[in-house]
Amino acid sequence: MSYFTSKTMNRRTLTLGSAAAFAAVTLAPGIKLAAQEAEDQLEVFSWWTAGSEAAGLDLLFAAFTAQAPDVEIINAAVAGGAGANAQAALQTRLAGGDPPDSWQSHLAKELQARYVEPGYCEAIDDLWEEEGWSDVIPEGLAAQSTIDGSKYIIPVGVHRGNVVFFNKQVLADNGIEVGEAISTDEFFEIAETLTAAGITPLALGSKDGFETPQLFENILAARLGAEAYNGLWDGTTAWDGDEVKAACEDLVKTLGYVNDDHPALTWDGAMSKVMEGTAGFTSMGDWAYGNAVVAGVEDTIGYTAHPGSDGIFISVVDGFVLPVGAPHPNNARTWLKAVGSAEAQIAFAPNKGCIPARTDVDASSLNAYGQWSAADFADSDVVASNAHGAAAAPKFQAAIGEACVNVLVSLDAASFQMELADAAAAAELGS
Amino acid sequence: MRLHPRFHLFAKVAAMAAASSQPDIERARKRGFDRAIGPLLLSPSVILLAIFVYGFIGTTVWISMSNWDTAIIDWSIIDPFWKVYDSLFHMTRFQINIRNTLIFTVFFLILAVGLGLTFAILLDRHMPGNALFRNVFLFPYALSFVVTGVAWRWIFNPETGINILFNTLGINWVLEKFGMGPFAPKWITDPRVMGDLGNWLPLPDFIKAQLGFPMAMLPVIIAAVWQLSGFAMAMYLSGLAAISDDVREAASLDGAGTIQLYRDIMIPLLKPITISTLIILGHVSLKIFDLVYAMSGRGPGYATEVPGIFMFDKTFKVLEYNTGAAASVVMLFMVSLVIVPYLARSMKDV
Repeated sequence: MSYFTSKTMNRRTLTLGSAAAFAAVTLAPGIKLAAQEAEDQLEVFSWWTAGSEAAGLDLLFAAFTAQAPDVEIINAAVAGGAGANAQAALQTRLAGGDPPDSWQSHLAKELQARYVEPGYCEAIDDLWEEEGWSDVIPEGLAAQSTIDGSKYIIPVGVHRGNVVFFNKQVLADNGIEVGEAISTDEFFEIAETLTAAGITPLALGSKDGFETPQLFENILAARLGAEAYNGLWDGTTAWDGDEVKAACEDLVKTLGYVNDDHPALTWDGAMSKVMEGTAGFTSMGDWAYGNAVVAGVEDTIGYTAHPGSDGIFISVVDGFVLPVGAPHPNNARTWLKAVGSAEAQIAFAPNKGCIPARTDVDASSLNAYGQWSAADFADSDVVASNAHGAAAAPKFQAAIGEACVNVLVSLDAASFQMELADAAAAAELGS
Repeated sequence: MRLHPRFHLFAKVAAMAAASSQPDIERARKRGFDRAIGPLLLSPSVILLAIFVYGFIGTTVWISMSNWDTAIIDWSIIDPFWKVYDSLFHMTRFQINIRNTLIFTVFFLILAVGLGLTFAILLDRHMPGNALFRNVFLFPYALSFVVTGVAWRWIFNPETGINILFNTLGINWVLEKFGMGPFAPKWITDPRVMGDLGNWLPLPDFIKAQLGFPMAMLPVIIAAVWQLSGFAMAMYLSGLAAISDDVREAASLDGAGTIQLYRDIMIPLLKPITISTLIILGHVSLKIFDLVYAMSGRGPGYATEVPGIFMFDKTFKVLEYNTGAAASVVMLFMVSLVIVPYLARSMKDV
């Protein structure tokens, strides 16, 4: 009656299924071997599959082809989930001893915990020296590229995490002016004005789980300053101290000014609220600006550093690595040289909506936002983002994420700080 | 691996054949071939099942008891070996996950099977538009959970979704006339948990989750019922079609009314269908991932998180392979609680 009870069907599907699985298992290695035998190839793994990102990746490929015209490029990009799907797929390949020739990673802790500590990555100090990258890549990024004294990655593009975007019209209608920068207190005053006018002061989307930690790290940076912020991740700044307490209270206060439907939204939904004018601000990485550009409303959107965090640049940086046992190591090295070059980076950045990791390039081809960001990048203290994996090891990052899920409901700064302090103790920072 | 009894038989037959005359040999060879063909054809799938199902289940169980909690593969067994499970069950978040799965499963099964039966009986009554409705009810089943999850997320967004419809229909206008607040549920953004069991029962101290009904789960249940009640309906329709018309005629000759016919005769006759449907939908709901992931994700305060999401999070984002594996083993255990009695029963029927 049901397929569950029908035996003949069961057996038939079983046999068919196993035949297919058998064929897949026996044929797949054969196919792979054939692919490896073909000499001149380069396989690059990333999660840049969407429109302008994919276009940016193509320009990086073009820079490589200019140096190695006969090499066939295999684009092994995996779509979806802000890289989470791609990371899962890549992890499987690496654990199975089948690395691509190069892959995309964030810097610092993500690079360390996911790829360097398990022994998947080759140090590239020689490339850094040959290409003189230390002279052109700012110290903050060079430090994030270094694990245990060796360089393992070449940064390609830089996003900024601590930016607020606002609707100029909405602010003008309510008599609010935003200058070069806003302080935390000024922001809370503005928030009161907007609330009184029936406008959501700060749009938030908390569904994907990284947005609240990002808002929180922006507030931490604003409260603590760059040095103490960096100390949070190496154990020199106490998580149970007064500065963090103030930041926790700021977060809870800020959460009083966000939209009620944040658990149902992701960051792009929050950005839409700002673009539509139902919310005044949103605090998000500068990829959100790309949505305004795509919608053609970038003229109505203003931006500045997250309130109180002017002078600090929370960086979200993509780079490429050299694997241990790359199928085509020479091509992989050529690829890294290509993506580290000024020409490739300046071609890539406008498409990706980021700025080049090198500071010696001519930023005039970037849009107005990119030029502002590039200028700030050169002048500010560049620090690592926790919400995007660079500042803390995965476990500590996840524990902060869980604390943020809880504080969104409890709105209790004291228990939030306690949870953070416990997580920091469990993470054994600095050891 | 233990050989199938038929292999021994085959050997015996071959030995006998060697000792007997020519035509017997022919016959025996033929018989032997006939007997061997079954196991031979089955062996690829048996071997593949052994490796890819049972072997991998074994590996997962091993990992769940190992020290492997970073990207560095570590097969060594943790001390004590139940430590991962111990901390898993002490995690408030995982307790919430289990609560959510149970609540979801119970409400989803009752509603989906109840609605499916109702639809099937209505269609069985040869209502006008029978064929149209059968397809209308079954159609959601053909869609992917991810697609419907995203659509339902928009519908149940309290600021832009169905609540606007309540305003447009004037429901809130009427309510306000009667001095009541607007009807504006917070749907998937509602962090409340209704009716904590801990208020009435003395629960052990380690249970830190509120054992009640997470309000944010309601829209997810509605979405799942919408999607799968058509499947239950199709199951019941096939069951109803298999019941001979004689039964109905005999019942009406004996003077049974419509309600009596269904309550006392048809529904009891449909019991095997009900059990199959409950099992199939039950294991779908215990393992549910994609619908929840696309619709509400973890939900406010983990109000809609299920073990599948937890496992994905722990394994691939946090790289705590042992915790992720332990969560999968718990899921497997829950599903086997449903499946194994069913299999045991159907084995007995053979």
